[in-house]
Amino acid sequence: MRKRVVTVANALAVFAALLLLWQLILWIFHVPPFMLPSPWAVAKAVGARFPSLLQSFAITAEEAVGGILLSIIVGVGVALIFAQSRWVRRMFYPLTLLLQTVPIVAIAPLILMWVGAGMFSVSLIAFIISLAPIIANTTQGLISVDENLVHLFLMHNATSAQLLFKLRLPHAVPSLFVGIRIASGIAVIGAITGELYAGSSSVGRGGLGYAISYAYSQLQTDYLFALVLAATVLGFGFLFLVMFLEWYFLHHWHESTLAPDVE
Amino acid sequence: MIAAPMIEIEAVSKRYGGGAAVLETIDLCVVKEEFVTLIGPSGCGKSTVLKLISGLTAPSGGTLRVDGMTSRNAREIVSYIFQDATLLPWRTIRQNVGLGLELEGVSKKRRADRTDALLKLVGLGHVADAYPRELSGGMKMRASIARAMATNPRLLLMDEPFAALDEMSRDRLNEELLRLRAEQKWTAVFVTHSVAEAVFLSTRIIVLAPNPGRIHATLPVDLPFPRTAALRATPAFEQMLANVSLALRSALPQ
Repeated sequence: MRKRVVTVANALAVFAALLLLWQLILWIFHVPPFMLPSPWAVAKAVGARFPSLLQSFAITAEEAVGGILLSIIVGVGVALIFAQSRWVRRMFYPLTLLLQTVPIVAIAPLILMWVGAGMFSVSLIAFIISLAPIIANTTQGLISVDENLVHLFLMHNATSAQLLFKLRLPHAVPSLFVGIRIASGIAVIGAITGELYAGSSSVGRGGLGYAISYAYSQLQTDYLFALVLAATVLGFGFLFLVMFLEWYFLHHWHESTLAPDVE
Repeated sequence: MIAAPMIEIEAVSKRYGGGAAVLETIDLCVVKEEFVTLIGPSGCGKSTVLKLISGLTAPSGGTLRVDGMTSRNAREIVSYIFQDATLLPWRTIRQNVGLGLELEGVSKKRRADRTDALLKLVGLGHVADAYPRELSGGMKMRASIARAMATNPRLLLMDEPFAALDEMSRDRLNEELLRLRAEQKWTAVFVTHSVAEAVFLSTRIIVLAPNPGRIHATLPVDLPFPRTAALRATPAFEQMLANVSLALRSALPQ
């Protein structure tokens, strides 16, 4: 407990030091506010435009959640197929690498062209960018079951359904969570990037990415900073949520709980 | 009286793919309630013999029957204990011990009665709701044994089950295993590297020689049952140890 308090105190101290450095730079170099607003101006912008900030935040969060949920469903499904045979993996695994390496800025305009602008296409972009780690990790989890455990099940005349649901799937859950943890970070990035292209909405409401490009075009640098801050909070929020779920479901039996990462 | 055979292995051989033989033609008959230990240097195919009896791998030649059935059909009366405890980490000890019954479709109620009784029998009643990672190696192995007993096996196949344990835990588990055997009267085929363990547990020791695996010597162990820890200090036990060690040494290529 005391260790945790010290950890939090350290993090806060670093944060405060960064704010101070930021303010010092402003004082020493006389940077104009449209280039770099003061921390106080950013805080004021957060306060003044909180409702629209919150709305953008909520929209992006929804898009990213949609993307992740879709990639979990599709990713686990694909992993189940991949786990069937080495041959299937050899054939199709390179395609998942393609998903991972194709630049999202290159496919975003295509998605926009094919499905139109809006939250759905942004979710789709978040889905595409976060799919690969879920497939890769879940497949690994499904196929890395100890051979003796499989033998144990066979000795009790287990059916293939029992092998899947009582052995392979539970065994793959920790790996699935590793995949989701990686995916949650990049899904947020994917959603924000997607919004830059596909998030522009005719009714004047959009997520963080859309608001960022708008604030930039208007040179509202203080609000731009507030949006970047919100994006960071969203990314962290996702990560902590996933880590909490991981801890909640796995701490009984698996070593990969939060503790080692905090140290 | 002619004892009924539990395992009949006739001219069984095993090779993987087109490679060299892992097991040369082996003939072996294990009668009911025997405790047979296979011992030998690495590469002599001890574990392969267990895999063949269990039907986890098919022989390349020869015939093999377990209680008059094919090995696959005999699985209902067979339990396999592995070198690792092979517990499912996401299940509690109680759920692990009940796994075999669960897979065989035994009702929850009957499962609970059986697992609770077994947990008590192997001295794990107090950790029934713990997860495997909270247990020591010896306790995990006890849970593994309880799981194997849960389905009331007539034949137990054990592949170096105590190899990873310290000597004290191993000796205690050896004693407990014999106590269980006295009550439940199963037949056992046991694989080990330890001569002391082999002598303490077995009614018959089979020494295998490597490259290719084959039966080198058969040594009956005429030490009286019930065997307790005190047996290890007797001259008869020491003499048997020496005999087996000698046979084992002559099994090694010069």
